[in-house]
Amino acid sequence: MKKDILSSMENIEIYPIISLLIFVIFFIGMFWWVLKVDRTYVDHMKEMPFNDEPQKDKSNENV
Amino acid sequence: MSGTTLEKFSYDNKIVKFFGAATMIWGLAGMLIGLLAATQLFLPEANLGNPYTTFGRIRPLHTNAVIFAFVGNAIFAGVYYSMPRLLKAPMWNKTLSWVHFWGWQAIILSAVITLPLGLTSSKEYAELEWPIDIAIAIIWVAFGANMIGTLIKRREKHMYVAIWFYLASFVTVAVLHIFNSLALPVSLFKSYSAYAGVQDALVQWWYGHNAVAFFLTTPFLGLMYYFLPKAANRPVFSYKLSIVHFWSLIFLYIWAGPHHLLYTALPEWAQVLGVAFSIMLLAPSWGGMVNGLLTLRGAWDKVRVDPVLKFMVVAVTAYGMATFEGPLLSIKSVNAIAHYTDWIVAHVHIGGLGWNGFLTFSMLYWLWPRMWRTKLYSVKMANTHFWLGTLGILFYALPLYVAALTQSLMWKEFADTGRLAYPNFLETVIQIVPMYMLRAFGGLLYLSGAILMVYNLVKTAAAGAFLEEEEDEAPALTKHVPDNNEFWHRAWERKPVFFTILATIAILIGGVVEIIPTILVKSNVPTISSVQPYTPLELQGRDLYISNGCVGCHSQMIRPFRFETERYGEYSKAGEFVYDRPFLWGSKRTGPDLHRVGGKYPDSWHYHHMVDPRSMSPGSLMPPYPWMTTNIMDHSNIEAKIRTMQKLGVPYAEGYEVKAIEDLQSQAQMIANNLKESGIEVLPDTEIIALIAYLQRIGTDIKKPSPVQE
Repeated sequence: MKKDILSSMENIEIYPIISLLIFVIFFIGMFWWVLKVDRTYVDHMKEMPFNDEPQKDKSNENV
Repeated sequence: MSGTTLEKFSYDNKIVKFFGAATMIWGLAGMLIGLLAATQLFLPEANLGNPYTTFGRIRPLHTNAVIFAFVGNAIFAGVYYSMPRLLKAPMWNKTLSWVHFWGWQAIILSAVITLPLGLTSSKEYAELEWPIDIAIAIIWVAFGANMIGTLIKRREKHMYVAIWFYLASFVTVAVLHIFNSLALPVSLFKSYSAYAGVQDALVQWWYGHNAVAFFLTTPFLGLMYYFLPKAANRPVFSYKLSIVHFWSLIFLYIWAGPHHLLYTALPEWAQVLGVAFSIMLLAPSWGGMVNGLLTLRGAWDKVRVDPVLKFMVVAVTAYGMATFEGPLLSIKSVNAIAHYTDWIVAHVHIGGLGWNGFLTFSMLYWLWPRMWRTKLYSVKMANTHFWLGTLGILFYALPLYVAALTQSLMWKEFADTGRLAYPNFLETVIQIVPMYMLRAFGGLLYLSGAILMVYNLVKTAAAGAFLEEEEDEAPALTKHVPDNNEFWHRAWERKPVFFTILATIAILIGGVVEIIPTILVKSNVPTISSVQPYTPLELQGRDLYISNGCVGCHSQMIRPFRFETERYGEYSKAGEFVYDRPFLWGSKRTGPDLHRVGGKYPDSWHYHHMVDPRSMSPGSLMPPYPWMTTNIMDHSNIEAKIRTMQKLGVPYAEGYEVKAIEDLQSQAQMIANNLKESGIEVLPDTEIIALIAYLQRIGTDIKKPSPVQE
């Protein structure tokens, strides 16, 4: 069944290569970005959940 | 930013309160129904003697209630709390928030009414019929529009990672829901799937698996990335890891669906893709788990005393365990043992009770005192809840692992003579009944804990004063000045709409690659010339089988293993299902497979078995269906049904829809006469007649040169 469909498609051999490229480029790009990213940006992002000042009120904490 | 004036605005806590309360109410209801279903597995009498509360119908009610009502409302509560605070802007449109809230509750209510009535498409986690499906799509889009509107109105330039998870969940669930729900209506509450057999199975499990991924996992990861740092009072361990976690998770998840169909009639290439991506998924999943747990570095002393953090730790650990078990289960050789057994049930409950349940509890315990400006009513009670819940999970899952392995090994066991050691399926069921009792006890513990929580939170609210609108201020978002040193991801991430499109592309690739070739298969499925459409009476019987949720306990998919073919007969072929709308392969065998049940027993056996299963199979756990012998089946819709099937391409002769009723009646009369010979008096238009017609037909086509009427 697989062969029937696949053999009916033209230039079938290009598809696995495209898929592989999409994957490799995607992950290389992502890791490259992560390694190069600006430290201050990361610190800013990390602090975001704490920026709503009223929430710094500790009276609601259980401990 | 200096010199800009601060704008005042407020966060709407009322909507969070409502979604939170709905989470608790539906949570208790969903768990209670689960407990009832679990009880019926060792005490069939617990079906309360009517079709509405019988296992086949309340099992989907339980899954829908806990997934879409309990977890769904928890997601919305968390999103409506965290998103405005992360973006420094109230939710875009308050009216839309309330349309979303009441719309969602109305959908749940319609599920509570329709599922026990047997109005179901039978596709797992997508059981609701088409009018409700349309309502879900509308309300879901309202939710998405509200999120995107808030993003556009935001005062914070960057989107925190939690919001990425929310957006990806919104987009993917929309795509999945729409494609899986495509169906042609017959009447207001009956439709036939747009896909048949193998294609229907693939689309369903592409949906089913990703419902787990994008409803139960990604939104909760967003909640984890917000509430865990808040509760631990320290930022996420690694923000970079969260980025890697996000992109790799959504990129890989969407491909994993076919692992639900290993060794079935699904084409091999799709199975292989599903396995490969499922195994790869371990990496991002564990990356996320590690990121969550390491956020608590230096805060473990707090975990010892703070119930919120206790719940979170177990939730994240359960996420890690379930996402380790998932890839393991999708390895073909493991799947051969685990598929159709209680292992899968245990697996999903590690995720459901541990990850979703515990994270929800922690979030509610954290939110309630804050929104009511007070302390938690009783920390001791919350700790008791924690231990009841944790023990509940253990008592739930461990017995099921034992049950699964015991039963699976019994299914496979061959005696020295070369015959099955346990040829009677029932023997393997009776063996694990004690485990089913323990599992129900686990469920009871878990539910008791949840009841304690609700009491605790109600008391907390009573002691405090609710803060409906929480004031905050922030500078308006200034127009961005391009920075040449900026990396592409950072620039993209500032543009929410563009970001959403990128996320959509990431999730579409997997779906497109798997689904399109399988849809193209239509003309290439090896056709078996002797496979014919169902007769009108069989079609009615099949719809009855669907409406009673028989698929919840009986598969119709014999895998190509010797121990299966020996027990059930010839293994199932793709070409046998071309007229099955929807497919009914099933995913769990609480009872035996039925794909070759056609012609195996006389009509009278089925009659007696349906009236009282234990009269034919002593010790059987199947609920009795005595009402089927007296319930008159309304056949007036057969014309519409045949016409719908014709539109879907089923080759009934032109004009057959008007003659169908005659064929139906003569076949019904034949079965009634046949039963009469065995001394059973039953009217030909009762439900039992249609059901027997269908049961006697299943899987018989490949044995005979032409369709058979008996």
